[in-house]
Amino acid sequence: MSTTMRDRLVGRSVTRIEDRALLTGKGRYLDDIRIDGCLSAHFLRSPHAHASFTRVDAGAARAMPGVVAIFTMADLRPHLTTDVLAVGLPSTAINLEVDRPILARDEVAYVGEAVAMIVAETRAQAEDAGDAIDVDYTLLAAVSDCRDALKPEAPPVHRRLPHNCLARFAFRYGDVGSAFAAAAHVVSGAYHVHRGGSHSMEGRGVLAAPDPMARTLRVWSSTQTAPALKRNLCVLLGKEEDAIVVETPDIGGGFGPKLVTYPEEIATALGAILLGRPVKWVEDRREHFVSTTQERDQHWDVAMALDGDGRILGIRGDLLHDHGAYTARGLNVPYGSGVTLPLPYNVPAYSLNIAVALTNKVPVTPVRGAGQPQGAFVMERLMDKAARALAMEPQAIRELNLVRASQMPCRKPIRLRGGTEVILDSGDYVACMRSALERAGHAGFAALKRAARRQGRRIGIGLANYVEGTGRGPYETVSVRISRTGRVVVSTAAVAMGQGTATMIAQIVGDQLGGRMDNIVVRTGDTGSGLGFGGFNSRQTVVAGASAHKAAVEVRRKLLQVASHLLEVAEGDLDVVGDRVEIAGAPRSGLSFADIANASAGLPGFLLPGVDTPGLASTQQVNINDMAFANGTGVAEVEVDEETGRVRVVRFTLAHDCGRIVNPATVDGQILGGIAHGLGNTLFEEMLFDDAAQPLSTTLADYLLVTASEIPAIDILHRESPSPLNALGVKGIGESGVFPVMPAVAAAIDDALSDLGVHVERMPISPQALRARIIAARSSGNA
Amino acid sequence: MDKHPLELTVNGSRFTVEVEHRKTLADTLREDCGLTGTHVGCEHGVCGACTVLVGGEPVRACLMFAHQAAGRPVRTVESLAAGERLHVLQQAFTDHHALQCGYCTPGFLMLIVGAFERDPDIADGELIEVLSSNLCRCTGYQNIIRAVRSVQDQLRGRA
Repeated sequence: MSTTMRDRLVGRSVTRIEDRALLTGKGRYLDDIRIDGCLSAHFLRSPHAHASFTRVDAGAARAMPGVVAIFTMADLRPHLTTDVLAVGLPSTAINLEVDRPILARDEVAYVGEAVAMIVAETRAQAEDAGDAIDVDYTLLAAVSDCRDALKPEAPPVHRRLPHNCLARFAFRYGDVGSAFAAAAHVVSGAYHVHRGGSHSMEGRGVLAAPDPMARTLRVWSSTQTAPALKRNLCVLLGKEEDAIVVETPDIGGGFGPKLVTYPEEIATALGAILLGRPVKWVEDRREHFVSTTQERDQHWDVAMALDGDGRILGIRGDLLHDHGAYTARGLNVPYGSGVTLPLPYNVPAYSLNIAVALTNKVPVTPVRGAGQPQGAFVMERLMDKAARALAMEPQAIRELNLVRASQMPCRKPIRLRGGTEVILDSGDYVACMRSALERAGHAGFAALKRAARRQGRRIGIGLANYVEGTGRGPYETVSVRISRTGRVVVSTAAVAMGQGTATMIAQIVGDQLGGRMDNIVVRTGDTGSGLGFGGFNSRQTVVAGASAHKAAVEVRRKLLQVASHLLEVAEGDLDVVGDRVEIAGAPRSGLSFADIANASAGLPGFLLPGVDTPGLASTQQVNINDMAFANGTGVAEVEVDEETGRVRVVRFTLAHDCGRIVNPATVDGQILGGIAHGLGNTLFEEMLFDDAAQPLSTTLADYLLVTASEIPAIDILHRESPSPLNALGVKGIGESGVFPVMPAVAAAIDDALSDLGVHVERMPISPQALRARIIAARSSGNA
Repeated sequence: MDKHPLELTVNGSRFTVEVEHRKTLADTLREDCGLTGTHVGCEHGVCGACTVLVGGEPVRACLMFAHQAAGRPVRTVESLAAGERLHVLQQAFTDHHALQCGYCTPGFLMLIVGAFERDPDIADGELIEVLSSNLCRCTGYQNIIRAVRSVQDQLRGRA
């Protein structure tokens, strides 16, 4: 019998195994890895958003102190199988090939694009040399605003291209025309949702070192997707799989942009090969602003048709998405926005046209939420408009339209980008919303609001629901084995970037193999199996968890089989406790894991002990194609200063359901971090560019990340609707906290200013912008 | 650029190094003293990941030249634990899940230790303001605040 409920690790807030090293300054992040003779790389980056060039004059730079080599694309091209990183997830909708060159060939398409790589003894010397390089740029017209990109007179983002429309695609189901024709009410809105960058505290970095003894190239990178990096390196450098070893160090945050393979990683690796020496490149914060991918602008024009009772009949509209200058991932961000919008509610007809526009800005790829928060924001804004149009309470109109628990599993007439059907697997959205409202004191708030108004203060409350796709398939690789010393050793291609992946996996494995966290070692970012993907899309608890569970179950089965044979006791009379297999009811009897592991390895000429194959090991890749859909409701309380437009979020309540919870403390941690990020997207974070697509936000003094002072009182409620899609019943949680913040705070601001008829349509909302709205509302007589 | 000799006292030990005048204290601690616990997050003095104590004051090591620290005792995160025994604040951090990726953590630990040493009677409101000096992208700060409050008395007593 496996461990009793009381002893189970899954479900408990077990202390993280990662912590001690990180707390004592013994973390091993990319730049902490020291190799003798290591050189430093620095990338010369374009100061122009769009320009052509013919010459990179590095003569003077090469002669400068400490400079070992300077590479342009011409120098690297003979050693590459191709000159671009073609990594886009496949889509027939993409019209234009805009893959990133390893270094710019003769044209740069965004400020920050790498033109040359300087390798020197120190980074400072490399940067000094960079200042001495002359590039004969000829300025070309640049496209800054994605709305301008698709106008007929727009200059091309790349001069060789006929236009800037990367893709057009649509979501369509049901009869939207009839829905709107028959509607008793139609509400509409134009929304501009802007999200920003990752700003993990640790930027990107890569270290490549030739290992002449092993005849391999060893590469470490602060990447979320070690298997993809390895694949891309092998393809671009023309190497066999066993010629390149990719490892991940400790990662100081990822949040999405580190899931991308970057030209810098390829160039640094190639530089190390050509120079025969280790080369390290570490991104600084300014580079993170101008060359690490980010999310940016979406412009939505949408309308919702409703019947006289407030039931949704249909939704239609257009979405314009800023893709940036190149394809670094694919269409998944706008696709996710389109899929997410109608998820929580019963929407009988849906028609969304999506246009994806190139701009002369850094490429756009997922940032925590990956386009989904934008879809949730727009849906919730429409629900709030509908509530006002029908004179219904915001929660009442939502409750009327939410997908019911009785509908689960609920098939939605849309497909994920890989073609899989969207089926909401489990969840009670109505109960979740009600619990959030109750905890937030929603029913009593109106009285508080009136009282505050009498004191000249404006407070407001807003709510937002979300459903999010998690557990992106098709699988993750996890290997579990018991070593000769009796330790449980787990290797996985899953990547840790702060979310406690190792602890989560250890808990799942520990429940099958003795329940002692201190006997389990977990290595993440392991590319040894050649199969796997890494961390993104809130997937790892689902897919790595499923594989870890199955592998541990397999190892347990074999452990008991061998122990049963050696002890001559029936398997049913054995318990797995700590690092031993004991005879039930006789503690400290039986055999240690070490004894059993050694016996299972076999001896020359002797039969294996009760098994046909040796060893206590299992590698699993549980295939899960359907996404597990998590859900939640956020309630925000704000105070608005009418004179300054300043918004203070006073309190945030989030009721969420991520299926079965492995570690409540780390789940709360993910939510708290997500809420902080959402708060940033709501009030503070904006990547500003001028008309020439020059980035104006290039330091943390321009681009505001929330601090301890901005965090409101936060209440988190848990529900667990197990997913039927995996044996553990888990769903993902990493991105959830972000989803409800923008819409709930927007609704709360509307509520605080309800007498003025303000409807927040833009994220982030700055004090100046809100003040302008208030002034406009007053002067148009709404006061 | 020429390197110049420098004697630094870090965590009670003497380090004799040779660094350019323009090399920051953060880079020198990491590269020349082999103490990689102090991290660099922005190099422009906003994120605070590089926070160390110099002469008892929390400073941004990325904004200080190494040579400016000559003759002043420097303390980094490596000074907190006593062998296997964690500092009470480090223990509180793990107990309250106040770290996720850990990159900002050494900076927060030194900021907090320095703040309480400088003013053992620091009030809660002022403490939050001090904490707002440093950035964390992972935790959302709530657990950091909880961790500090949970060992407030010990932090005040130790000063």
